[in-house]
Amino acid sequence: MSGQGAPLGIIMLCHTALHRAAQVARFWLDAGCPVVIHLDRAVSHADRDAMRAALGAHPLVRFSPRHRCAWGSWQLVAATQDAAELMLRDFPQTGHVMLISGACLPLRPASELQAHLAAHPQTDFIESVAIEHAEWITGGLSEERFTLYFPFNWHKQRLAFDTFVDVQRKLGIRREIPRPLRPHMGSQWWCLTRKTLSAILTDPRRKRYDRYFRQNWIPDESYFQTLARVHAAQIDSRSLTLVKFDRNGRPNLFYDDHLQLLRRSDCFVARKIWPEANRLYDFFLSDQLARQPRLPAEPAKIDRYFELAEQQRREGRAGLYMQSRFPAHDSAAAKTAGPYSVFSGFDHLFENFEHWLGQVSGARAHGHLFASERVQFHGGARVWHGAISDSAAIRDYNPRMFLTNLLWAARGERQCFAYGPEDMMDHEVNWFMATDTNAEIQVIRGAWILPLWRRGVVSDAVVAEVARLQKREQLWLEVLESRWVLAKCKIWTVSEICAAPEQCLAMAVQDSANAAALTAHGLAQLYRLEGLPEFLTALRNQGLPPQNFKDFNF
Amino acid sequence: MLFCTLRNEAERIDWFLQHYRALGVGHFIFVDNASTDGTRARLLAQPDCTVYSTDSSYKAARFGMDWINWLMLRHARGHWCVVADADELLIYPHWPDRPLPALTNWLDRQGQQIMPAMMLELYPKGPLDQAPCHAGMNPLSALEWFDAANYTITHKSLLDCLLIQGGPRARLFFADTPNRAPTLTKLPLVKWRARNAWVNSTHSILPRALNRAFSTDGGEGISGALLHTKFLATVVEKSRIEKARAEHFGNAPVFDAYYDHLAQAPDLWCMHSTRYEGWEQLETLGLISRGGWG
Repeated sequence: MSGQGAPLGIIMLCHTALHRAAQVARFWLDAGCPVVIHLDRAVSHADRDAMRAALGAHPLVRFSPRHRCAWGSWQLVAATQDAAELMLRDFPQTGHVMLISGACLPLRPASELQAHLAAHPQTDFIESVAIEHAEWITGGLSEERFTLYFPFNWHKQRLAFDTFVDVQRKLGIRREIPRPLRPHMGSQWWCLTRKTLSAILTDPRRKRYDRYFRQNWIPDESYFQTLARVHAAQIDSRSLTLVKFDRNGRPNLFYDDHLQLLRRSDCFVARKIWPEANRLYDFFLSDQLARQPRLPAEPAKIDRYFELAEQQRREGRAGLYMQSRFPAHDSAAAKTAGPYSVFSGFDHLFENFEHWLGQVSGARAHGHLFASERVQFHGGARVWHGAISDSAAIRDYNPRMFLTNLLWAARGERQCFAYGPEDMMDHEVNWFMATDTNAEIQVIRGAWILPLWRRGVVSDAVVAEVARLQKREQLWLEVLESRWVLAKCKIWTVSEICAAPEQCLAMAVQDSANAAALTAHGLAQLYRLEGLPEFLTALRNQGLPPQNFKDFNF
Repeated sequence: MLFCTLRNEAERIDWFLQHYRALGVGHFIFVDNASTDGTRARLLAQPDCTVYSTDSSYKAARFGMDWINWLMLRHARGHWCVVADADELLIYPHWPDRPLPALTNWLDRQGQQIMPAMMLELYPKGPLDQAPCHAGMNPLSALEWFDAANYTITHKSLLDCLLIQGGPRARLFFADTPNRAPTLTKLPLVKWRARNAWVNSTHSILPRALNRAFSTDGGEGISGALLHTKFLATVVEKSRIEKARAEHFGNAPVFDAYYDHLAQAPDLWCMHSTRYEGWEQLETLGLISRGGWG
């Protein structure tokens, strides 16, 4: 026992993993702290006897009258009251009294907590938030906890619970809050001074208060929190116990791998610990704790860790499609992992467009990823990052996932690729890209005709091919011009480009290219188009409709 | 509790038991389909293994699922169970710091009755028959590589399940017929109820709602991976035998070419293969997810 002041009394509410609770009780006993243990009535006689045997007949241990404590029930408060009375009666020298659970684990040597309390002998450490400005609760009822009746169990009789709450709301039922109480809520794990605790327990109006709180919902989060406001001299409204709640308002468990996080906590006790977390129990209950250098307290790190996990559960990672994340159409914030650019027809009009684009943009410039024979990855690679195959059959089996996989595997690097009616055009992929905020789509309408022209013949086969590609392009442009488009789209005509090739090209690549590289490398050269008008005339004379060629006015 | 059907797995079984024991599996139930390499005797010598034996056809028993369904109906009710082949090692976020009971306790608290763990096929660098292989070895020491991002997922509305395909076999052996590529979807960890039944291996389950172990609102559910250690050197010899037995898959002749391929000890490695480092790496790559389990 340190000579720093009155000893700290510990009340432990236990119901499972009693061997761990016994270990923790031993920790406090070794530090000279009296311990009052409440065993839930559901604990078997055998387990109770085993725990008693484990602690031996220690002069500082007491077992308080047993209650059956369901979650959020009044019995939790009653059990605490009984244990606290026992503590105050049997250990008259105790100063502060701390309430912990059997699944709590001390994070610092007992002497540090003793010293902290000795430095604040009049302070009550209890989180106590007035309900008027409470954003303390995640979901659930707030003020109504204090003004409605709750005869049903929320866990086991949910329907009855909800219905009864609704009925009371409709009837405008409102229980009166006994004066002079002002409802407060907070973590049920507190550390109160002997003076405050005994004032609460011996309050002449206690019977009335108890009767009132018995009807409340989750009174273990409000009874002491409210009454402390009546009796305390000085409240530090922050629990000394670290609890991280999950989205359902239940405490997250701490496991072995949380050891380094827990060492950074500014709290004295953590709840709740996985009973098999040997490394945590071994570390914090042994003298290892005192021997290791103290890490600076960084509670924000712990918060951040759990926030990130929750964010991953709630929002997920943009553009990821996997076994446990498969967002339905448009239900996620972003459909792909990062921005990308689609250039249609540029490679037919400008010499070495792909190579040039790679130089001026620093982005990855692929060829026609959806070419019909095989995937034209950058540099003619047979396989790409993430072991994505260049097989056209694999790609066409699920073209949308081919695209999302590629963008996911290359996240952090902008991807650019050529695409047009001459490729395997999948209607679903067209819609997918058009409605993707990450996509930038630059199209030169009709440019796909140039490779056909370069072949130099006007045969029936060429005419049929022109008609086929024209129809495909038309379908695609209808998608790109629809009112659902979220991608950044720009549609050029060949004559527009030919009239001012440099300006147009600079505009088309302004998202992907950087200015310095553009100056250094200059702009790509336009192919010579001499003889194209004659080819178009020949096509027209073969019977293709003339409006198809209206974009080509040289 | 773990259920497993197997045949001639002497080189894997020791590591298999060691892996799952370390994860906290308390009891193993095996169906030995006429092993001839001493697998059965080895299992019988273990204190925590129950072994059922049969020499009837694996194919006629719907690839062993009839056996497993029946045994689970008898023994698994109310228990969290792992169902895995001898060449499948289950891993999940935070393993091995948190054993399976910690995971199932968390799943219980989330009201989740099943956890998906897709098959991740591991392979060596170089021809398959060159990698070292002996009984009791850690197969991950020979099989270090995997495909990171070439998986395609199709939603199947009949069972409301996901069909995941891809990986090295799809890339190399099914490049022309990707629809034939092996299914990688797996639901190997499940809290068994009397009304449950496996439909097609552990790819899908009844009742239908259990297959919805994925999130569709953009969030991520929890998921793990079954590290598939099929491509140990013995696979080359086994493919020759399997082809002759024709006991696999729905349409055995279609897989002749595949077995022929394997029998030639191909190299599955490519320049964009990824070396396996651990679950954190798989989570970063988006193959598994902790799904809120902080």
